[in-house]
Amino acid sequence: MKEKPFSPYQIVTNAIMIIWTILIVLPFLLLFMSSITQEQVLVSNGYSFFPKELSLDSYKYILRSGGTILRSYGVSILVTVVGTLINIILSALMAYPLSVKNLPGRNIMMFFVFFTMLFNGGMVPSYIVWSNWFGIKDTIFAQLLPNLLLSAWNVMMIRTYFQTSIPDTLYEAAQIDGATQFRVFRSIVLPLGKPILVTMGTFAGLAYWNDWTNGLYYISKDKTLYNVQNLLNQMVQNIQYLSQSSDANMAAAASTIPTTGVQMAIAFVAILPIMLIFPYFSKYYTKGIALGAVKG
Amino acid sequence: MASMSKKAEKGTVGSKWAKFKRYLPLYLMFLPGAIYLFVNNYLPMTGIVVAFKNYNARKGIWGSPWAGMKNFEFLFASPDAWTITRNTLLYNVVFIILNTVLGIAFAIFICDALSKRMKKVYQSAILFPYLMSAVILGYIVYAFFSQQTGIVNNSILPALGMDEIAWYQKPEYWPFILVFANTWKGVGYGTLIYVSAINGIDPSLYEAAKLDGARKWQQIRYITLPFLIPTIITLTLMSVGRIFYSDFGLFYQVPRNSGLLFPTTNVIDTYVYRGLMETGNIGMSAAAGFYQSVIGFALVLLANGVVRKVSQENALF
Repeated sequence: MKEKPFSPYQIVTNAIMIIWTILIVLPFLLLFMSSITQEQVLVSNGYSFFPKELSLDSYKYILRSGGTILRSYGVSILVTVVGTLINIILSALMAYPLSVKNLPGRNIMMFFVFFTMLFNGGMVPSYIVWSNWFGIKDTIFAQLLPNLLLSAWNVMMIRTYFQTSIPDTLYEAAQIDGATQFRVFRSIVLPLGKPILVTMGTFAGLAYWNDWTNGLYYISKDKTLYNVQNLLNQMVQNIQYLSQSSDANMAAAASTIPTTGVQMAIAFVAILPIMLIFPYFSKYYTKGIALGAVKG
Repeated sequence: MASMSKKAEKGTVGSKWAKFKRYLPLYLMFLPGAIYLFVNNYLPMTGIVVAFKNYNARKGIWGSPWAGMKNFEFLFASPDAWTITRNTLLYNVVFIILNTVLGIAFAIFICDALSKRMKKVYQSAILFPYLMSAVILGYIVYAFFSQQTGIVNNSILPALGMDEIAWYQKPEYWPFILVFANTWKGVGYGTLIYVSAINGIDPSLYEAAKLDGARKWQQIRYITLPFLIPTIITLTLMSVGRIFYSDFGLFYQVPRNSGLLFPTTNVIDTYVYRGLMETGNIGMSAAAGFYQSVIGFALVLLANGVVRKVSQENALF
């Protein structure tokens, strides 16, 4: 599709894409500039790309405040690592049998997985099941278990990959050699399926890192279990709450909310890990997105 | 005779057992995931009856007394039912149209980038906001529209000689803000899918077209777009199937849960959340959830049925 260089078409379309790219970068730049703007300047002049006075106080505050903020990072990291690992293992284990063509009952098993993509009971029954029947409220399991541990979509993607990319002859050869199914899984399926497992792992990892709804629903008392997203969300809710009440005690409570600069700094640090691994990560993620358009 | 047939029978039973034993490890591998889906997805499906109950937390789903259609009568008698249905549908229609049109346009532009390097830059940039959580999106929008400190009220409006606006108290602006925020964050997803579809088109087609003197827009019209049709159908249908659902994060985080904005920001998902967690109106919340699940399910089946008629190979099932 190469045109002659610098045809009017290319100039216009590239200009549009450059403008869109700038529109994407600017808000992140604004977020970052706000986090290094001196608080006084922020309050009187508002957010700005060119603040009058810079300061690293917000980041110093995060480091010094210890407790809440750093712990929420700890929760985010722990839950993302553990959740992603379990997710990959469960998905691969579930996808492999579904890729074995002559497995009796395979269609029923497929339907069992697939149906969860078509229909769901909604938030109210989910909430009752997880919190009343399984009692995960205010435990670390609240961040790990609901919704994110396994995705039917990922299982389907992995199954398709196993089915199309691992030759049947390999399985047959392994079985003739007397290898057990677990051995076949461990020494053939897992190594050959690595590309898809890494790809789907990036989806799972990002979902865990970005999740704030599990904390919103299932963590109400023990705020030490908040992840970064929950902490950011809670600051928003507190400000909304305080701005809507006229109680004098509330004004005192307001002083405990970190300043705007600190909030922007926390938000910036929350996206920092994504920025750092983005060059490595985007390749897999893009591949995974492209897979989504191809029916499994 | 009799003993022989018995023996044969035993033989098949035995081989069945052998077969089962051979496959047993596979069923065991399937089991952990199946247990998870059972707990996370299937148990809540049975719990959907809570919409017909007068729910009492101490008595549980099954112990609570039946309420018949009471929850639904309350829900549909309130003005909320109409507002949340309208908002959910209208926003989704606009999102589907914008994401499809812009997604295709951006994908075509990206594939015609001046260099390979530019192409990579555009692709990375367009994907990046898609990786942010809704909470972060909310903070970014706030940095622009906050009444006291937002850059719009502080720098942009004064430069245009306009007065500041209390954005978070004026529902009329939010359809635009939410549509822009959603496009800014989400257009990359479809774009990348279309890019990969365009990459799959045989380049010799374009060469031949150029030799025949086809202009750029003719190449797009007669080569690129026809090739994208299956992808467009698949993506649109998946979105239409989910037209009764909305991105909870977008509608909850970006307007900062501000009550004044509900007329234009309340959707079924935020309504269900507020009924369950904030106002304690579980009956109506469950009824709204049921309404969403059932109509959503019907729409998925309908959408899939339509594709099966139009082009079988693009149907989901």
